[in-house]
Amino acid sequence: MLKVENLHTFYGQIEALKGITVNVEQGEIVTLIGANGAGKSTTLKTISGQLTPQKGSITFEGEDVTGLEAHVVTGKGIIQVPEGRHIFPRMSVEENLEMGAFLRKDDEIKDDIAMVYDLFPRLKERRLQKGGTLSGGEQQMLATGRGLMARPKLLMLDEPSMGLAPVIVDVIFDTIVRINKEGMTILLVEQNAAMALQVADRGYVLETGSIALEGGGKELLHNEQVRKTYLGEV
Amino acid sequence: MSIDLSTVPQQIVNGVTLGGMYALIALGYTLVYGILLMINFAHSEMFMAGAYFGLLFLNILSKVAFFTSSTIGFILLYVIVFLLAMTCTGILGMLTERFAYRPLRHAPRLAPLISAIGVSLFLQNAALLWISSRSIPFPVLFPVKNYRIAGANVSTLQILIVVSTILLLIGLDTFISKTKIGKAMRATSQDRDAAGLMGVNINSVIALTFFIGPALGGAAGMFSGMYYGNIKYNMGFIPGIKSFTAAVIGGIGNLRGAMLGGFILGFIEAIAAGFLSSGYKDVIAFLILILVLIFRPGGLLGESVVEKV
Ligand SMILES: Nc1ncnc2c1ncn2[C@@H]1O[C@H](COP(=O)(O)OP(=O)(O)OP(=O)(O)O)[C@@H](O)[C@H]1O
Ligand SMILES: [Mg+2]
Repeated sequence: MLKVENLHTFYGQIEALKGITVNVEQGEIVTLIGANGAGKSTTLKTISGQLTPQKGSITFEGEDVTGLEAHVVTGKGIIQVPEGRHIFPRMSVEENLEMGAFLRKDDEIKDDIAMVYDLFPRLKERRLQKGGTLSGGEQQMLATGRGLMARPKLLMLDEPSMGLAPVIVDVIFDTIVRINKEGMTILLVEQNAAMALQVADRGYVLETGSIALEGGGKELLHNEQVRKTYLGEV
Repeated sequence: MSIDLSTVPQQIVNGVTLGGMYALIALGYTLVYGILLMINFAHSEMFMAGAYFGLLFLNILSKVAFFTSSTIGFILLYVIVFLLAMTCTGILGMLTERFAYRPLRHAPRLAPLISAIGVSLFLQNAALLWISSRSIPFPVLFPVKNYRIAGANVSTLQILIVVSTILLLIGLDTFISKTKIGKAMRATSQDRDAAGLMGVNINSVIALTFFIGPALGGAAGMFSGMYYGNIKYNMGFIPGIKSFTAAVIGGIGNLRGAMLGGFILGFIEAIAAGFLSSGYKDVIAFLILILVLIFRPGGLLGESVVEKV
C-alpha cells in the first residue's frame, strides 16, 4: 500500500534521514521505533508532505506522492496524527472533529462524530469544551479521533502514548488494535517499544536516520539487541 | 472649561461613525496577524486604495443616467461601486501578499515587516505620482438629508456609513464562525501545520485573508472619502496607526476584539474632542493604548486559553 524507498530528508545541512526504506501493506500495523532524534517524526512528516525529501520516493496505492503538499497528501487518504497532538486550542472538541473531516463531502460526518464519541466517551462529555483546556490524555484522544474523522486509508500515529498515564495509554492502544481489526492500516511511531511491538505485525528500528533492524513484531520483541537498547533490559 | 452634557448624543453619533471605520480597518491588521504573526504595515494603503478605487468607479458609473435618476438607481450605484472598490482593493491585497510577503515566508520575521513598509511607500508614491499630490474632492451624489434624533444631528450619509459598516462586521463574523472556509481560517491561525494535515490549503487561506482584510479596509477608505469629502495619497497613515492601536487594544489576532477596540477608540476620540479639544484626542487614544498594555498586555479580548505544549 505504502512504499517508501531510499528516503533522504534534510533540515538545512543536517541529514535527518539517510536513506530509509519502509513498506506498509493493507491491513497491517507497522511500527517505527527508535531513540530520541532517530528520525521517526521526520519520516512521518516527509510522508505526509510537511517536509520535502531530497532524494527517494514515496508511493501510495501505486501513485507517486513524493513531494506533494500536505493538504494534497491528506486528500489521498494518508492521515498523520502529529506528535504533540496539535489540537486547535480555541475550537471546541466537536469543531476539532469537524476539522478532521474537512475534505469530506459525504453526509455521514455526524455519524462518524458519534462513532468517535463511542470510542472515547470522555470526548462526548466535553464536546463543547475548548480543545486547549483538555487534559493531555483527552487531547490525545481528540487528536486520534480527529484523524479518524478523515476516514483514512492509512493512519500514521506519532507517539500517541507520550506523556500519558498507563490507563490512558491502554485506552489508546486498545483503540488502535480495535480500529485495525475493523480494517484500518496503521503506521505507528512509538517510544514505548514494548507496547508498540506487541500490537504490531511488523516493525522497523531506526538509528540516527537509518533502518538498523526490521522484522515481525514478536520477532523484534524477542531480539536481544532490541531488548537491551529499547526495552531497558540489562 | 465647562462641561456641557447636551453635546453627548452628538458625540456618540460621531463616535459610532468613526469607530466603525476603525473597526473595519483594525480587522485587516488582526486577520493577517492571526495567520502570519506579521503586522501588515501596508494595510493603511489599502484604506487609501479603497477610496481611490471608489472614486474611480463612482466617476465612471455616475455617467450612466439610470443610476442618478431615482432612489433605486442611487442605491444600486453605491452598492455596485462598493463591491467593485472592495474587490479591487482585495485583489491588490492578494498581490502584495503574493509578491512582497510570500517569498519571505521562511525568512526571519523582520524581513516581511520591512517588505511591508516598502509596499506602503510604494503605494503612497504611486498614488502621489500617478494621480495627484493634492487632496481630491470625493463627491456624494445623492441628496443628503439631516435628521435630529435625541438631540444629535444625524445625516443620511452617516446612517449609510454606520449601517453598511455594521452589515460588513456581522457578515465577517458570520463568515468566520459559521462557514467551512471561515473555520479553515480559524484553524490555520490556531495551528497552521495541523490545518495543513486536515487538508486545508494554507496558501489559499493566506491569500483569502489578504483579500478580506484589504477589502474591508478599502470599504472604510470609501466611507472616509464620503464622510470627509476628500481623499489624499497619504490619507491612510493616521487612520492606519489608530486602527492598529484599536486592534492591539482589543487583543491582536482576535476579531471581535478588533471590532470592540475600534468602537472604543472612536468613542474616546469623539468624547475627548467634545469635552477637551480635538487636539487632545490623539493623546488620549494612545494613553488608553498604554494603559491597556500595562494592565492587560494581551488586549481586552486577548486569548484566555493557554495553549498546552
Ligand atoms: N526543525 C528541525 N530543524 C533542525 N533539525 C531538526 C528539526 N527537527 C528535527 N531535527 C533533527 O532531526 C533529527 C530527527 O528528528 P526527529 O524529530 O525525526 O526524531 P524522532 O525520532 O521523532 O525523536 P523523538 O522520539 O524525540 O520524537 C534529530 O537529530 C533532530 O534534532
Ligand atoms: Mg518524534
